[in-house]
Amino acid sequence: MSRRRISLRQELPLLVWLVLVWGALWQDFSPGNLLFGALLAVLVARMFYLPPVELSGRFNVLHAVPFALQFLAKVVAASIDVMYLAAVRGPKVISAVVAVKLRSHQDLMVTATGHVISLIPGSLVVEVDRSTSTLYLHALNINTPDEVEKLRQEVRAIEAGLIRIMGTPEELETIRQEAAA
Amino acid sequence: MNPEASLVDNIIDTTSAVFMVVGALMSLAAAVGLLRFPDLLSRMHAATKPQVLGLFLLLASIGLQMRTWWVWPVLLVAWIFQLLTVPVSAHMVGRAGYRTKHLHRELLSSDELEAVVQKAAQSARDEGADAGRPD
Repeated sequence: MSRRRISLRQELPLLVWLVLVWGALWQDFSPGNLLFGALLAVLVARMFYLPPVELSGRFNVLHAVPFALQFLAKVVAASIDVMYLAAVRGPKVISAVVAVKLRSHQDLMVTATGHVISLIPGSLVVEVDRSTSTLYLHALNINTPDEVEKLRQEVRAIEAGLIRIMGTPEELETIRQEAAA
Repeated sequence: MNPEASLVDNIIDTTSAVFMVVGALMSLAAAVGLLRFPDLLSRMHAATKPQVLGLFLLLASIGLQMRTWWVWPVLLVAWIFQLLTVPVSAHMVGRAGYRTKHLHRELLSSDELEAVVQKAAQSARDEGADAGRPD
């Protein structure tokens, strides 16, 4: 069991998150409670060791806030859409399984994109091909090849948004080049 | 109702009432979808997704009614855990459903996974045949 130790800096977001959960669950953000939470967080992170999540080291809040709002708006719009489909179309709804090839090969990025896509009603990840970072999505109410293409564009746009928030500099460069082209 | 309810109280009450009704409607939509959609994969959409918004609205109305900021972090954590777990469960059930062929092919306008699965199955068969062949 010789695993690569990860630096404290890389582990810090996880520890901060654990402390925040601890504080939230106790509904007590007093220094003493947080300190004890931090102690427990370090202990948990040491004892129940998981493969480190490879963060890119950058996080852009300026892109994150609009992205979150856009995400909420999409969830609302798509929820109403699915509600309408359930009530009106019901058993006759046509769907599709669509392959979307992502730019990023980072596990974290593929997972994050899959999560965002799955959370927006009307699409869910059926299968992931990790070697080519391809997501296979099942999407409701997709009748024509045009709509398939539109969905693919949308997923790639969501990935681009996530890369702008927390992608590696190389991925960011790819996005910039695509935008320029 | 408190006779001295101020305008702010009224606004908060109205907002949380609207949130609660819409949130409950989302759960209803999930139930309707579960009944009416034709196959497992499309039912998963109804079963897992609308309540992300429904839960958000209900938690927000709880937060508005409690009027203490201590409760917001708990609600936020509850919602974030929902956000983290819902896609995973939807994916696991959907994946198992697809693999065990619990889907109506005639209701798919395109299936870009099928060819990949066929190819993988074919190469697995070829490998199996190679391994099993006596020299």
